[in-house]
Amino acid sequence: MTVLPREILICTIARLLQDVRHVAVGASSPMPAAGAMLRRALDEGQRKVRLSILGSVEHNFFTNGSAELFDSAGQGRLDAFFLGGGQIDGMANVNLVGVGTYPQMSVRWPGSFGSAYLYFTVPRVILFREEHSPRVFVEKVDFISAPGISTPETYRPGGPVALLTSKALFSFDSQRPGFRLESVHPGHDLQEILDATGFQFDHDDIPPTTPGPDAATLSLLRDRVLNELSETYPAFAAQWRRDLAEAIPDGASA
Amino acid sequence: MSEDLRALVRRIQPGMTLALPVDYAGVSMAITGPLIRHGAGDLHLVCVPTGGLQVDQLIGAGLVRSVETSAVSLGEAGGAPRFNDAIKRGNIRVLDATCPAIHAGLMAAQKGVPFMPTRGLIGSDILSNRADWQVIQNPFATGDSIAVIPAIRPDIAIFHAPMADRDGNVWIGRRRELAAMAYAATQTLVTVERIVDHSLLADETTAAGTLPALYVEAIAKAPRGAWPYGLWGEYATDTDELIRYAAAARTAEGFAAYMEQEVRA
Repeated sequence: MTVLPREILICTIARLLQDVRHVAVGASSPMPAAGAMLRRALDEGQRKVRLSILGSVEHNFFTNGSAELFDSAGQGRLDAFFLGGGQIDGMANVNLVGVGTYPQMSVRWPGSFGSAYLYFTVPRVILFREEHSPRVFVEKVDFISAPGISTPETYRPGGPVALLTSKALFSFDSQRPGFRLESVHPGHDLQEILDATGFQFDHDDIPPTTPGPDAATLSLLRDRVLNELSETYPAFAAQWRRDLAEAIPDGASA
Repeated sequence: MSEDLRALVRRIQPGMTLALPVDYAGVSMAITGPLIRHGAGDLHLVCVPTGGLQVDQLIGAGLVRSVETSAVSLGEAGGAPRFNDAIKRGNIRVLDATCPAIHAGLMAAQKGVPFMPTRGLIGSDILSNRADWQVIQNPFATGDSIAVIPAIRPDIAIFHAPMADRDGNVWIGRRRELAAMAYAATQTLVTVERIVDHSLLADETTAAGTLPALYVEAIAKAPRGAWPYGLWGEYATDTDELIRYAAAARTAEGFAAYMEQEVRA
């Protein structure tokens, strides 16, 4: 069975979203959106999974402006959210502002968006950054848009639970604190992960391989989820279809 | 330039604070050219809660002293080139924020109270770089620190909406952040796709999504006035145009040439 790397990522995201009621994804986040759509499809008939896509007209059930998503998170009605980061360090600090010395930075990124709030209020924040390199995963971020951990006196029902990259899946333990390598995606190995990661993390001597989807999940993904996704992310869905046609020339899905 | 738009921008004085909405809420791109031609500079922009093309163009035109924002970007078209360049050169001051903190500041102004508390922020470099924000103890509990954001009171809020009526009521649908901006600001200037003859308050269906004329200083008609941004319920964003701008504005010369050609004054 041929499975594309991005399909492994999407299925992993769906796994991380088990039991959520309401998940929000950023405006240009096709893979987290696909993972959430797969979760919704897998749970159909058992539970209702609500998906909010920031900035989307179609996937927006709010009626109180852009503040309502944050208000709903403050009320405890948002279970999961995805956060990227130009830099992420071993304490799960996230930097969305830039490289160098603030404020006159040598590289400036757009800014922190809602991270400094949602990282505190959403119980299951999944750090998702495809590029797995030492320039992204640094020992210490240049600017803390949102801190990975807080002092016990800080109100913090939320925080990071996992970090997913193009190479591996990590979990985050806020008590220790630090990341642990949970699994390595097919085609990659531990040494490669060590070389590409600028911070220390726990790992087994022989870490497990990230599991791929079963045939039923894969067909749900390539049929229903891919169709749903193409309404909001047409370019991403079209590329996925082209890659599938190339990987599986006879058109069979397995 | 339409006479109405010219009258709108005449209200803007050097040094004022302007509140501008997020990309998808209804940006009055139609007012950008007239605003630049009008030339009132030294502006402080408040992005509600993030900025994009309009903010980048006002910065590129040299009218901006400082920006309070949670982010400035061109979305799918990438980073905001004039914003990024101005930061690198130290030409503008950025007050980095996070989205709900800006909403909190506007909410305080809406209520007429001096500040509003918000969760999050503690331990971030956003907070440590904001001398104007504070952390207080929750007076109703022990051992609970919380950030407080002072009221944001813009001189002028500017946005674009589908319609207004002859009485100056503006239909904003469910984009309630536009109302929040208007409540907080001293004056609100609005461009609209069309002006309708019936009162928006006469029908409960439209009344629910209407910003009353009480908060609206002046209105000008500007069809497709959010372009190249889209307007909810009306037309989609012209992403190709945003990409074209992003490429052109990578240099100051490219920006100047684009503005000369594309932005109607």
